[in-house]
Amino acid sequence: MLKTEQVASLPAAHPAPAARRRRSGEWWIEQLIRGAGLSTIVIIGLIFLFLLREGLPAFVRISPLNLLGVRWYPIEELYGLLPLLVGSLLVTVGAVVIAVPLGLITAIYLGEIAPLWQRELLKPLIEVLAGIPSIVLGFLGWVALAPLVQQAGAPTGLTAFTGALILAYMSLPTIISISEDALYAVPKEYRDAALAIGATEWQTIWRVVVPAARSGIVIATVLGIGRAIGETMAVMMVTGNAANIPALATGMFFQPVRTMTATIAAEMGEVAQGSLHYQALFAIGIVLFLLTFAINSLASMLIGGGKQQRSNQL
Amino acid sequence: MTRQQTNRLAKIAISLVAALVVLPIVLVISYVVYNGIGVISWEFLFTAPRNGMREGGIWPALLGTVFLTFGTAIAAFPLAIATAIYLAEYAGDNRLTRWVRLAIVNLAGIPSIVYGLFGLGAFVLFLKLGTSIVAGSLTLGLMTLPVVISTAEEALLAVPQEFRTVSLSLGATRWQTIRHQVLPHALPGIITGIILGLGRAAGETAPILFTVAAFYLPELPRSIFDQTMALPYHLYVISTQVPGMPLSLQYGTALVLLLVVLSLTLVATVLRTRMRRRRQW
Amino acid sequence: MSQNASPVIAIEHLSFTFPDNTAALKDVTLDIAPNEIFVIFGPSRSGKSTLLRLLNRLSDLNEGAKRQGRVFFNGRDIFAPSVDVTELRRRLSMVFAIPTPLPGSIFDNLAYGLRMAGIRDAQLIERRITRALEQAALWDEVKDRLNSSAFALSGGQKQRLCLARSLAMEPDVILLDNPTSGLDPLSTATVEDSLIELKSRYTIIMVPHSVQQAARVADRAAFLMGGELIEAGTGRQMFANPKDKRTEDYVVGRFG
Repeated sequence: MLKTEQVASLPAAHPAPAARRRRSGEWWIEQLIRGAGLSTIVIIGLIFLFLLREGLPAFVRISPLNLLGVRWYPIEELYGLLPLLVGSLLVTVGAVVIAVPLGLITAIYLGEIAPLWQRELLKPLIEVLAGIPSIVLGFLGWVALAPLVQQAGAPTGLTAFTGALILAYMSLPTIISISEDALYAVPKEYRDAALAIGATEWQTIWRVVVPAARSGIVIATVLGIGRAIGETMAVMMVTGNAANIPALATGMFFQPVRTMTATIAAEMGEVAQGSLHYQALFAIGIVLFLLTFAINSLASMLIGGGKQQRSNQL
Repeated sequence: MTRQQTNRLAKIAISLVAALVVLPIVLVISYVVYNGIGVISWEFLFTAPRNGMREGGIWPALLGTVFLTFGTAIAAFPLAIATAIYLAEYAGDNRLTRWVRLAIVNLAGIPSIVYGLFGLGAFVLFLKLGTSIVAGSLTLGLMTLPVVISTAEEALLAVPQEFRTVSLSLGATRWQTIRHQVLPHALPGIITGIILGLGRAAGETAPILFTVAAFYLPELPRSIFDQTMALPYHLYVISTQVPGMPLSLQYGTALVLLLVVLSLTLVATVLRTRMRRRRQW
Repeated sequence: MSQNASPVIAIEHLSFTFPDNTAALKDVTLDIAPNEIFVIFGPSRSGKSTLLRLLNRLSDLNEGAKRQGRVFFNGRDIFAPSVDVTELRRRLSMVFAIPTPLPGSIFDNLAYGLRMAGIRDAQLIERRITRALEQAALWDEVKDRLNSSAFALSGGQKQRLCLARSLAMEPDVILLDNPTSGLDPLSTATVEDSLIELKSRYTIIMVPHSVQQAARVADRAAFLMGGELIEAGTGRQMFANPKDKRTEDYVVGRFG
């Protein structure tokens, strides 16, 4: 049966009304979707803008000498950011120093040594750790860990060390996961070659696989730093909230400190909107935003660069 | 020491470290359960606190967390899905797309307290929403965006490309293809991502500190423009601001919060596994 | 209609380059007459699939690719801005190499294209589906289980389903990209027989699985190598008496 009713012509340039309605409705949907895509850029811009709006006046109204001072004591109009920066630094460095080796070794265990049944058991467990709210860990640090630290000899249990310990644990899932990926990405040929020339498993891991996974481990570290700097509640509860720079001594880690994040959280509830203190807290927010922005951009660059490197190696 | 001995020693040491890392997770949870399970009761869950929180239950905080979780879902869901569709189906390989992805990565890295500041400045003050459920939900929703976008995009990309090609070759438009051949099959994965994000949001304290959380409210919130109590903030308050607070109640609150968050994660994981099994392709 | 002198598809100096600058097609000029089986064959990576995808503008999905030359369908330029590409794809319907049912029932698969075109009349849809399944020689096998999953069919049945899916659109042209590649000899034969029957109603353009298949079904054929059109002519001539040595070498099997 020939399709005699069909006109041998090209599809119409002006489609039937139903099709046209469908087409214009779709155009709107597509525009909405494209708008949504761009919204993320807009949002991040907005966040920065609002932080600036409320916090920039602080940079103007407070003298640089004050801002760079060693005392944060808003009651006496002292807005030295240094103790807060140092506090964040101590806690972050401590957390990373603890978490990266532990995380890397755990990743090695999971990837290279553990039998399948253990891997199936442990990986969900680590994911559970990732899911525990920071306030719960902070709470436990406050009621259980801090007394232990105090018993171990520190003047008070609320110290930079306690904070670093809790933070380390919170960062572990991220570090383990990224390290695992990095180790997994090392081509099988590297391992096979090492084993073939008689290396033991440990030698293979330590001298071949881990160095090959170097860039991934660096990325894990950078992201761990980013997470640690941004944590609020857990550190707030266990670091003691003393906004001083601890004396540069061996006991430094075992003094109370105050991080930037904890400062904002602890003091914002008591400030008057628009006051200098309020603006100073937003100013800390600006510093935090810029710091984490820099760290994340660094990590992104490293991830992008890593991909390039791998393709060159092939 | 021979190489073999070093090898064995190293493996033992590594295993010990791994145990050192994993054991505390079990310890933490057991500790909270052990110390908190005693107070869990109908009364604890469904009555309000009395005597300055030292007695009674956590009902307003629990309800508040439920409200905020729903609010976060409503705030984050539409925008996250639309953005994920954009990235998976429309975005080209150009500079704009790279910027969008960079923005998402950075949104994921912003400290939760900074989200709280933004929520304060933008929602509470600028939009004059006041400290309210809606301001808190918007703030939490914003914070959850990156995670939901990532999982949603993954779910969309997991739909085989052949479905799109076949759909287009049969004369469907791009949106028809997305609506009929991509979204339905990605939806389970997308929902899993949302539930995971909600699990995170339910446990967050910093974003709600200045945007919605209240120390104590004599009445339950009646509209989305009211303040509310919330579990994470409640735990913070009773453990640090209330002298003479019975430790058991603190542990009980922590346990409930832990259960809420972990059960959301569990639901998401179970969903994900069941979906994978039911897939036709 | 077979006496109609003007070709259904006229390809003029068509070139296509991928975004990474590999040239898939170089200056191809071809005419395809109505109601014939036109076979495009050649070694792998010769641009055969690319050419097919250009005909129904699936090539639009290749972002950043460059195209030169023109393609005319019934006399009109298919790449003109005013063209409704969804309608074009309904008129030139494609069957792919790997049988790809859409998730859902057999009925849903066949009705999908019709529903997307805006057809709501349930009886019309049923008639078209029945007719399509008959033409694809699948009706008897599935008529009692139209609502069962399309994924439960065998490989050969799936491919005939895909053919029926295209037929349900009542296209002018059927484009088949290696349609029997994964099929057993019996299913292959069934598909080939269907195509020979169908050419009285449709124009069929096919990339074959093998030279033997091409020789079995082709009315006319074109030999593509490295993106260039080496030779084109009637089936008899191309496979028994090729003019170009390269064609002869390929047909005879000196290279593959």
